[in-house]
Amino acid sequence: MASLTLKSLVKRYGKTEVLHGIDLEVADGEFVVFVGPSGCGKSTTLRMIAGLEDISSGEISIADKVVNNLEPKQRNIAMVFQNYAIYPHMSVRKNIGFGLRTAKLSRTEKSERIVEVATLLGMEEYLDRKPSALSGGQRQRVAIGRALVRDPAVFLFDEPLSNLDAQLRTQMRLEIKKLHQRVGTTIVFVTHDQVEAMTMADRIVIMKDGYIQQVGTPAEAYHNPVNTFVAQFIGAPSMNMLPGVLDDQGLRLWNGSRVSWNLASSGQSHDVILGVRPEDLTPVPPGEAMLEGIISVVEPLGSETLLYVDIDGIEVIASGPGRQAPEPGSRISLGATSDTLHLFDKESGVALK
Amino acid sequence: MSANLSSSGSSDLQVQASSEALLSGSTAPVRRNWAQYLRWLLLFAGGILMVMPLAYMMSTSFKFPFEVYNLNLVPEEPTLENYTYVLEDGRFLQWFFNSLIVATLTTVSSVFFDALVGYTLCKYRFPGRYVVFIAILSTLMIPTEMLVIPWYLMSQQFGWLDTTWGIMFPGLMTAFGVFLMKQFFETVPDDFIEAARIDGLNELQIWWTVAMPLVKPALAALAIFVFLGNWTAFIWPLIVTTSQDMYTLPVGLTTFSVEQAVEWELVMTGAAISVLPTLIVFLVFQRFIIRGVVMAGLKG
Repeated sequence: MASLTLKSLVKRYGKTEVLHGIDLEVADGEFVVFVGPSGCGKSTTLRMIAGLEDISSGEISIADKVVNNLEPKQRNIAMVFQNYAIYPHMSVRKNIGFGLRTAKLSRTEKSERIVEVATLLGMEEYLDRKPSALSGGQRQRVAIGRALVRDPAVFLFDEPLSNLDAQLRTQMRLEIKKLHQRVGTTIVFVTHDQVEAMTMADRIVIMKDGYIQQVGTPAEAYHNPVNTFVAQFIGAPSMNMLPGVLDDQGLRLWNGSRVSWNLASSGQSHDVILGVRPEDLTPVPPGEAMLEGIISVVEPLGSETLLYVDIDGIEVIASGPGRQAPEPGSRISLGATSDTLHLFDKESGVALK
Repeated sequence: MSANLSSSGSSDLQVQASSEALLSGSTAPVRRNWAQYLRWLLLFAGGILMVMPLAYMMSTSFKFPFEVYNLNLVPEEPTLENYTYVLEDGRFLQWFFNSLIVATLTTVSSVFFDALVGYTLCKYRFPGRYVVFIAILSTLMIPTEMLVIPWYLMSQQFGWLDTTWGIMFPGLMTAFGVFLMKQFFETVPDDFIEAARIDGLNELQIWWTVAMPLVKPALAALAIFVFLGNWTAFIWPLIVTTSQDMYTLPVGLTTFSVEQAVEWELVMTGAAISVLPTLIVFLVFQRFIIRGVVMAGLKG
């Protein structure tokens, strides 16, 4: 186990800079998830930590030791790849044991370690099978086993669940989380799936265009997004973004309705965006309405119903009760408590609240 | 309504037909038409065209000299005399052995180096990589006939004339093999290589233990191509060897032609025996060779 530090990490391909100075401290035993859309630099960062990509400038330290110029094998890390990277010509036993090839252990010790890891992953019955005779989830377990067997300082996961179907992904998500709780090794996990990030991470690192947008616990990222990108990226369906103006009397929305707000613009008015999550925007009696509109689509999810409401030209998603959902075409009044509202500067997108 | 009925009826038929095909273990459509029979006819004709020379070779090897120019496939008086003569002639076994040495060593060398170069060109990024690859490929366009003079001059200067090494050296690495292997290594995901790198293997170990087993079909195909090519090579061994002891089998077989006449029954017997190793190699590895050719995107 070890801590991991990234200092002003920059990556350039020729003249194109794809990472613009990443700073991050990962504590010993922490589970950190990098999340962001394609091309945000999350996988590049991970590959730089692994030593598979050169560092253009900046510094990476593992267990307080700068590893910039160390080969991948000298960094004491293990990596699980998106398409498993388990060797089809080797049995499960050999695949798991592959990570021990260079370890200074006796044959018996290696064999015991392989069985131990296989048991931990529930794969002991499959040790003599070839990967072609395994399911997707089992293959992924073998890949994790190969990483686990070396007892590395840091585990790196590069979108390991992307190739699995939805059900298996949920199952493996849970297994990886349990595994982390059991072994306690520092984990850096890369994904583009915000649900994975939210459910697994101790801390989430949200990235966009080679910059870190926010680092925080899943709850922090969800409840206190620092800008509109994080607010919309985290949470599904994403946060409603309503344009408005902050003037000396408070907040006025695009359709003219006023929202009580404890902040007012001194002097000239200020363009803002009001953010409200769909689950916080619920049907209310007409007298208490913040917004009113016509329901265009109803999506029953069982426990709740998503209501797509057309409000003066903007489509807003609200949450209705699971039972007795309103009909499409009907008029609805929506409201949200003030502590669930988020205010962002329109120009910069930065949170004002 | 009726249109609906008929369309559902035909889809039922299709389902039934495909299930029959599945049950019989064939994926071919059940109903056969004239186009298919025509295809079979053409294939049959092609097959005959391919097999006939081989059949005549085998047949002639069992004939007495007087019957050689008789075009019957089954000898009137079959004999093993030719085989006894050829096998008892020590020269034949010597040539067979020479060919075996040359073909085996060039195959081992070529497979090893072609795979090494192909892997390097495929998986490493270095300045001039593309130029090197094009340069290697362009040598494919030079015919052997043009190369034999420089090869000969080189062999003369190095003292390799009339030696096994002299016969072998042009085939120790092949441009075709480099191309084939490079194409095959493209199919090996980079993740495999990077995973091995993280697991602590050096580059040579990664090539040998991870990449090579994954391209076994290509290695087998290349081995067969190179072996066959060297086993049947004629021009260069003919030029570089002078003593009968150093002849390879194809060169040696020509000595059965004397000034006045060709002893066809002996030539055919020698050829029949010389076909055996290639036949064995092919039968053992044919599933690899077919996959190899398909995957390289080449037409055999």
